[in-house]
Amino acid sequence: MCGLSKEKTTQVTVDADKLRSEIRDKSVKVLDIRKEEDYKQGHITGAINLPLASLLADDSPEKVLQYAQSFGIGDETPVVVYDDTFGALASRVAWTLEYIGHGDVSLLDITYGTWKKLGLETSSEIPSPVKTNHSLKLQPQILATSDYLVPAKEKGAILVDNRERLNFLEQHIPGAINIPYRMLASGQNILRPRDDLKRLMQNRNINADSEIITYCGSVGTLSGLGYYALKSLGMSNVKLYVRSFKEWKSLEKPIEKQNDANYWDLSAE
Amino acid sequence: MSNTSVNQSKPDNAPTHKVNWGRLEEAERFSELVKQYRQGKITRDDFRRFRLQHGAYGSRMTDDYSMIRLKLPAGEVYAEQLEKVADLSEQFSIGSAHVSTRQNFQLHWVALEDVSEVLRGLAEVGMTTREACGNSVRSIMCSPLAGVCQDEIFDPTPYAVAATKFLLRNPMCQSLPRKFKINFTCCEKHGMARMVDIGLIPQIVEINGKPQRGFKIFLGGGLGAQSFVGHQLEQFTSEDELLHTIVSVIRIFDRLGNRENMARARMRYLVNEMGWEKFQNLVLKERAMLKMLLSILIKLEVDKTPEVLRKISISSEIPSVPQGFARWKKSNTFKQKQPGFSSVFLTLESGDVTSTQLRAIAEMAREFTADGQIRNGFTQDMVFRWVRDEDLPRIYSKLLEVGLANPGALTMASVVGCSGTTSCNLALTNSHRLAKEVQRKFLELKIDEDDDLRNSTIKISGCPNSCGQHEIATIGFYGGGGRLGKDMYPLYTMSLGGRSDEDTTLGHSCTKVPAKRVIPTILKIVEIFKSEKRQGETLDLWIRRVIQGNGGPKVSSLETIKELLKPVVLAPTKDQDEDFYADYGGDGSYHTKTGRGECAA
Repeated sequence: MCGLSKEKTTQVTVDADKLRSEIRDKSVKVLDIRKEEDYKQGHITGAINLPLASLLADDSPEKVLQYAQSFGIGDETPVVVYDDTFGALASRVAWTLEYIGHGDVSLLDITYGTWKKLGLETSSEIPSPVKTNHSLKLQPQILATSDYLVPAKEKGAILVDNRERLNFLEQHIPGAINIPYRMLASGQNILRPRDDLKRLMQNRNINADSEIITYCGSVGTLSGLGYYALKSLGMSNVKLYVRSFKEWKSLEKPIEKQNDANYWDLSAE
Repeated sequence: MSNTSVNQSKPDNAPTHKVNWGRLEEAERFSELVKQYRQGKITRDDFRRFRLQHGAYGSRMTDDYSMIRLKLPAGEVYAEQLEKVADLSEQFSIGSAHVSTRQNFQLHWVALEDVSEVLRGLAEVGMTTREACGNSVRSIMCSPLAGVCQDEIFDPTPYAVAATKFLLRNPMCQSLPRKFKINFTCCEKHGMARMVDIGLIPQIVEINGKPQRGFKIFLGGGLGAQSFVGHQLEQFTSEDELLHTIVSVIRIFDRLGNRENMARARMRYLVNEMGWEKFQNLVLKERAMLKMLLSILIKLEVDKTPEVLRKISISSEIPSVPQGFARWKKSNTFKQKQPGFSSVFLTLESGDVTSTQLRAIAEMAREFTADGQIRNGFTQDMVFRWVRDEDLPRIYSKLLEVGLANPGALTMASVVGCSGTTSCNLALTNSHRLAKEVQRKFLELKIDEDDDLRNSTIKISGCPNSCGQHEIATIGFYGGGGRLGKDMYPLYTMSLGGRSDEDTTLGHSCTKVPAKRVIPTILKIVEIFKSEKRQGETLDLWIRRVIQGNGGPKVSSLETIKELLKPVVLAPTKDQDEDFYADYGGDGSYHTKTGRGECAA
């Protein structure tokens, strides 16, 4: 698997060294997805703040386009996104940019916390980006809706639930398999090395050409990370069910559960 | 794609594991066999046997998830290994690990497809799951106080480790009639030498004027649907004969054990059916044969290099003594035979511990213990040894920060509960949660401070099998279902008076107690005891007196206790008390449901 050669060579993640040199060249826009008060106390030099809550308040393509343009992101501008929540929030934003047609977006492979621990450059200066134009080319092939799931599954798509194990056992979309988001990271990096991830997917009999739809609890953050983990393996047919299990439940669609076991009582939390 | 490299520096003087029990190729083979099984290339039964041989049980009502049991010989685990268990639990399990009654860690609800990843991670730090389940020689236990116990004759740990080295992956042990358990203990009090297939207690006798190391060996004991107390093989077994003796017993069991009926396959049934004298003779003859034939071929490699203890820095600042310290110190620490050092027992709830707590425990082992390791205990607990007495307030403060400073570890307040309906196929009740509930209540009532109750134990199993070891408890329970009219409710059978020391006795069945009445029942027993006890008498000793028919002016026998408990255990109708009909942790009404047990597979 994963022998795909795509014309686009965008990497899913960038490492700290590469980002630092891109920041020095001023060839990149960096987005910080943390809360405004955290951002104000210090961020990666030059980063622009887009708190996840602001995005979620209105994530319509028009609004996202407005954000991109006001940040000075043009069609060809490389964008790197980071957070301090194991990459999940950053993934959700990266996916949203991808969805409106921005091709060149990657995740920083460590969190802000790790960046600081490594003693890398931070600043509390707030940049004033110059507005630019960005076109709107929606990418519906990376979005899954609730209506899409069942027919896609019948045609062989694999539905991946990225929530933690106990939440999954308690309730999930029928037929979904569980890849808890914790499985995707290793040590301080938000995603495991490619060979590791590849092995995990091979163990589950997930192939490069499988169609995969990821979802999580409510807003597509954990599953956003799941989406990028699969993309990092070169898989091309991956979709995010961005409204996730919260919507599924509110629509009163069928739910599956691991019955007759009190697994919650094993938790020492 | 190369990742940002992030070095994690650790203090470098902390000891790391000495023996590498793990094999990476076993993880790879496991992954391969899961694929073949999913493709239908190997049968379910063949796969199950393989899976169990590698430490993975099926989970309650499903084979798609595994309970992975580690094999930790002598219960020894090092800081780096704890951190790995923490990581693996977070990534592939439920973010908590569970300490078993046989000193192992168990990781629950791991997807079958990920088991190989867990095995791989364990092998990276020298750990294995091999022969932790299945019809094999299970992890060899050794008292967590071995080496530090005031009453021990010598430290049996190196013998437990050496025996494991010989038996693990040994072709002789791959297809026994049933599982086989070996326990080493430090002294009569701190182990379970008589409740196991082979139990060993260190002993020194003088032979021709020279002190000779050896063991008292007990054979054919064990807990289960039918339990037996082990028989002593001979007065003294010298260390030179130790391996020959163990191998002889295993060979006889392998040849003569019951392979037809799984329910009667454990060696204790063979001993019972054959009669002890006959079995004893067979073992002694087999050993004589082995010694003649194989004396050159087999040898136990006992590592007798003395443990090198690290210098641990003791902070010069005088710590303020945190609240609750005195109570905790009394019930959770044990003075070692080495002056100035204590062992520290952690009170877990039914053996559950979070990943975050495991990491904190690893840090504390590095900081405070001179031997740099942790031992898992016999009662779902974890133990730091070689802690300087002056450091106890500091380690207590650290434990407080991570929610591990509960008192009561070495008292009746620390309750054992098997996994029950949280993950086991055979369970009828949620014994796991019940044990937690009882413990919380007892700590709230400060039962751990009552010296009359200190020596007593409470142990709970979720079915008549004895994973919760209820038969050796002062007050033991096993789960089942009760019925009033057409309504079912969770119901335990209570036994009294069990113990596992030199006076090993199995508990006597007393009465049935509904799950939701277990706590009031125990409190009522304590109340009766308090009014009937003689001066200085402890609960366990009073119960022994009751069983002998001499419990006091108002309590002649267990029958009287049963009578006195009648109002407490009375079942209300469902209309009167709906909660009574639901088990702990369950919302709906109670029904019993079991799948195929795999202990026997």
